[in-house]
Amino acid sequence: MYDAVLAETIRLSGAGGDLIEGYLARPLDPAPRGGVVVIHHLPGYDREVREYVRRLAVMGYNALCPHLYSRVGEGISHDDAAAEVRAQGGVPDDQVVGDVAGAAAFLRTLSNSNSRIGVIGHCSGGRHTFLMTTELPIQAGVVCYGGMIVGEPVPQFSSMVPLVDRTPQVSCPILGLFGNDDNFPTPEQVDTLEKALTDAAKDFEFHRYDGAGHAFFAPDRPSYRVEAAVDGWQKIGAFFARHLDEE
Amino acid sequence: MCTHTTETLPVTGSAKSGGSWLRVTDATVYFDHPVHTSAGHTLNIDLRRPADGPAARVGIELTAESARALAESIFSVLGAVPEDVLAQG
Repeated sequence: MYDAVLAETIRLSGAGGDLIEGYLARPLDPAPRGGVVVIHHLPGYDREVREYVRRLAVMGYNALCPHLYSRVGEGISHDDAAAEVRAQGGVPDDQVVGDVAGAAAFLRTLSNSNSRIGVIGHCSGGRHTFLMTTELPIQAGVVCYGGMIVGEPVPQFSSMVPLVDRTPQVSCPILGLFGNDDNFPTPEQVDTLEKALTDAAKDFEFHRYDGAGHAFFAPDRPSYRVEAAVDGWQKIGAFFARHLDEE
Repeated sequence: MCTHTTETLPVTGSAKSGGSWLRVTDATVYFDHPVHTSAGHTLNIDLRRPADGPAARVGIELTAESARALAESIFSVLGAVPEDVLAQG
């Protein structure tokens, strides 16, 4: 088996045709494969999200994380860029949709692309992933403890509006992974989202882990829960294999 | 996802980082995942000078317990200062 992977920073066309940064990892094996857009969390385009990108490539997918804060400027550290964006109230959903659409288009241009695209995100990236399932022609979405899909808007973040009312527009299968000790979203908010998806007859599966709270996938944080994370990665692998691999 | 509760305010003063001082004009206060502290979430303060760009920033990440203790100390110290000294600035 040829298992070489190339990981590098690239430029891609994002919302409004803006040239933005992205982190791409792709298997060099020419066999056709799906692509995965990774949406980073609100604290930014950090080392750990790039680890996720590389892991997805090792799993066999072309993976790309668009730097949603690229417009802050060249050469700005990810945490300074995140601080700047936070002080401005976050990035608008429409802009994120355009950046993710640009990343998906980039992945589809790769010579080993089978044109099937999944999106995955944690935390606020989980919320953005849910948004993408309603806005973009993708084949799979993985929502890892996405908060503010259900809930009350935060006045300081006018762009961060709840999305559950858009459930009828969900156009692809969703995998949801949640911790039962989480407060963002709470188990009750996950119940609300689950009911909305059920009522709308959408294709989805949720898994909820006892003893796990927010950010249980993050290996560099005390919130890491090894059993939930290992099982969650298995679920992600099976889900993407089902929806992104050649039929 | 975090609380997204974020406060921004103008401030007057200076902050030191990396061996040099920065005259700060703005502060952002929020509760979110830290970049560096070993904690799930922290109370974060960015002391900023946006006129000099996004990198003109001193970031602080404190556990909630530490942040409360710091806030109480600030009020305690300020409360002990005579009014006329405060008025002099």
